[in-house]
Amino acid sequence: MEAPLGGGPKPGPLGPDSLLWCETFLVMTKITLAGQLVQYLFTGVTVGSIYAMVAVGFNIIYNVTDIINFAQGEFVMLGGLIMVFFTVTAKLPLPLAFVLTVAAVTGVGALMERFTIHPLKNASVLTMIIVTIAVSILFKGIAMFIWGKDPYIFPPFSGSKPLFIYGAAIQTQTLWVLFMTAVMVVLMTIFFKKTRYGKAMLACADNPEAARLVGIRVNTMILISFALSAAIGAVAGAVMTPISLMEYDRGALLALKGFGAAVLGGLGSFYGAVVAGVLLGIIESMCAGLVSSGYKDAVALILLLLVLYVRPSGLFGNVEASKIKEF
Amino acid sequence: MKIKGRAIWIVLTLIISLALPFSCTKEKEPYKVGAVFSVTGRASFLGEPEKKTVDMIAEAINKVGGINGHPLELVLYDDESDETKCVLAVKRLIKKDKVPVIIGPSLSGNTLAVVKVVNDAKVPLVSCAASNKIVTPVVDRKWVFKVPQSDTHAVEKIYDYLLKNGIKKIAIMSVSTGFGASGREELLRLAPEVGIEIVADERYGPKDTDITAQLTRIRGTDAQAIVNWSVGPTQVLAVKNWHDLGMTNIPFYQSHGFGSRKNIELAGGAAEGVFCPLGRVNIPDLVPADNPQKKVIELYNKAYQEKYHEPLSSFGGHGWDALNLVIDALRAVGPDSAKIRDYIENRTNFIGQHGVFNFSPTDHNGLTKEAFEMVVVKDGDWALAP
Repeated sequence: MEAPLGGGPKPGPLGPDSLLWCETFLVMTKITLAGQLVQYLFTGVTVGSIYAMVAVGFNIIYNVTDIINFAQGEFVMLGGLIMVFFTVTAKLPLPLAFVLTVAAVTGVGALMERFTIHPLKNASVLTMIIVTIAVSILFKGIAMFIWGKDPYIFPPFSGSKPLFIYGAAIQTQTLWVLFMTAVMVVLMTIFFKKTRYGKAMLACADNPEAARLVGIRVNTMILISFALSAAIGAVAGAVMTPISLMEYDRGALLALKGFGAAVLGGLGSFYGAVVAGVLLGIIESMCAGLVSSGYKDAVALILLLLVLYVRPSGLFGNVEASKIKEF
Repeated sequence: MKIKGRAIWIVLTLIISLALPFSCTKEKEPYKVGAVFSVTGRASFLGEPEKKTVDMIAEAINKVGGINGHPLELVLYDDESDETKCVLAVKRLIKKDKVPVIIGPSLSGNTLAVVKVVNDAKVPLVSCAASNKIVTPVVDRKWVFKVPQSDTHAVEKIYDYLLKNGIKKIAIMSVSTGFGASGREELLRLAPEVGIEIVADERYGPKDTDITAQLTRIRGTDAQAIVNWSVGPTQVLAVKNWHDLGMTNIPFYQSHGFGSRKNIELAGGAAEGVFCPLGRVNIPDLVPADNPQKKVIELYNKAYQEKYHEPLSSFGGHGWDALNLVIDALRAVGPDSAKIRDYIENRTNFIGQHGVFNFSPTDHNGLTKEAFEMVVVKDGDWALAP
């Protein structure tokens, strides 16, 4: 048998037209700089969108309770793994699996609030933050017992054949990530601007005492904030898993990056989180591609420190508001 | 086949019936063997199969009367993939459990952290981690051995194969862990010696969710092949990204860490055509019948799958090699640390899961690049590379 090395295209697992596809590709193997930039941009925006969703999750809970919920990354992990369970193990159709996944993780978020945050009536914010760390470790442990330590994956939402733009290959799942992020932004905007519950939550964020005086049930709002954060985490997990795989201990790093984005955008600022998340992703990706992949994480963190040095309240943070908050 | 199966049973019954009265009449003092594996934590994919394997061996050997009539007592600790906990576990094995010999740890970093401890205590350690630094320089590693092939051997095997296929310009990628860094060092060190040019040197983190940027950068160079050095989810991610970016015309080489079939499954169809050097334990069906390792590999595969009902991973093979080497030494010289060390150092032609070991005072690994077989993923399974 002839060695399939260094030579022509080999018919791979790409389907009947793969040969043709490979041949067109051979011509443009060496990607142009423009193509590279497009690729870095798309990669960055995709990864950044995930950071953004985690960051938004942080902000929703932070706004209502002042708590930094360190179990936020675990919601993403659970979203991914439960989605794998519904699609691969239970073999449910994708839309149904997606809805069930989001519902399940939302339930987990609500239960977390009821059993850990709610009973701590007069605890300090710091105590509750430590409780969320405990919960994140607990979730990680439970996931390890259920799914083991191996990574899992399920097929992309709409096929695995990439699109080509300027020679850059864009996975269709990437577009799903962007789409879901956009949907999340729109829905959240409507929720906070137009609905009674959304407005009530914003009121709690502004001044919980005054909100209680005008008849808003702060406890219910806290419950909703956890459920909502969990739901967003689940969406992030479900859309990212076909791209990046998912395993039980992925949450911590996502929480870290998401927290970085939330701080960069200004804690509590909804649009700030989205912009900062995407920005962080793009910087990471550009740095990995153009400067050095070894310093990717360092550059992102240094930038975060620099921004905080110049603007301690973050890019879009409200300086006045940040003075009142405990953290 | 049926007759062969029956023959095994007859032999086994014979061994048991011979050994049983011996062990029943007089219970001799157990031989202790210390073990430290990363059963949980980030390196659990190494430690878990290692633990399962050594548990299986200990159980089997005690069923047939132990080592020269002494039952084998395995004192096993989990270092949770943590260096500090690993050092504590090894100290405890030496001081409290007073074991004459230790197998493990699973990770290179953890092993390097305990080199001084075992050297000072003069207790031989047979590591299940790969880095070359574990056994070099051998002057400072008098009490340390290791059974996995060195990354050097894997790099040599890959470079041999690349040159055979006329490839001279390559891009390398590595994960920023001990395993990746050590492999990267060897790739960079050996390339000029054999006349290979490295045109790109990319890195990524162990929990990265995307390696597209690094691969895109490689696409901008004139690399004829990509060599990727990582373990865990990122090595699957790298293959998936490579495939999705339509880079399949640039052959992709993985390190020997790609040894689990699960990786092929996880990559979906994307792993098709990926090359990697593998220890023969991963590919029992592909090992030629006249290979000296054939018998032990088949035995291990059969026993492991019967007991745990899951495919074995190559890492469990390191556990097998380490423990059997130690059992071999205990059988020959008894539970004396110094004698065990000397025995292992001079042990030659030890047939293990990952190669035929020939230890010497200058080589505490005892393997060469011939311990590897070059394989390629074909139709969702390994095949010998042409």
